[in-house]
Amino acid sequence: MVLLGTPNPESSRLVALTLTEGDPTWAGPLAGVRLELPVFHITEESIKAQVPPEVYEAQVGLAEAVLDTRAIRETLEDVRARAGAGAKEETA
Amino acid sequence: MDLRGRQVIAIGERDGVPGPALARCAELAGAEVILQMTHCFV
Repeated sequence: MVLLGTPNPESSRLVALTLTEGDPTWAGPLAGVRLELPVFHITEESIKAQVPPEVYEAQVGLAEAVLDTRAIRETLEDVRARAGAGAKEETA
Repeated sequence: MDLRGRQVIAIGERDGVPGPALARCAELAGAEVILQMTHCFV
């Protein structure tokens, strides 16, 4: 799986789409290449909950305070839904 | 998504969360980090 630390929904979408459906800009070597990797952001609750709280706070806390975590989460949920079974948890 | 036992690629960004921070979190959650990087677009 892929864990992202991207700062906004736009960059999250670009990276996530590249790693699931292939480069959406068709500019790089992954254009048209469906890797179908499951992609998550470090601030998503399902990931955050697995990290010791003191470590999460030290490593991610400051960034999380200024990121639009809800928009990032919704963006990645949308990309995972688009990607279909290949990027879902059970096949990762 | 359970991180325990999974192989993880950590893609950080300078303006967000850097790769080493992602890797540290993933490892302590039980994952194996096989690649980590930090992008910078400045």
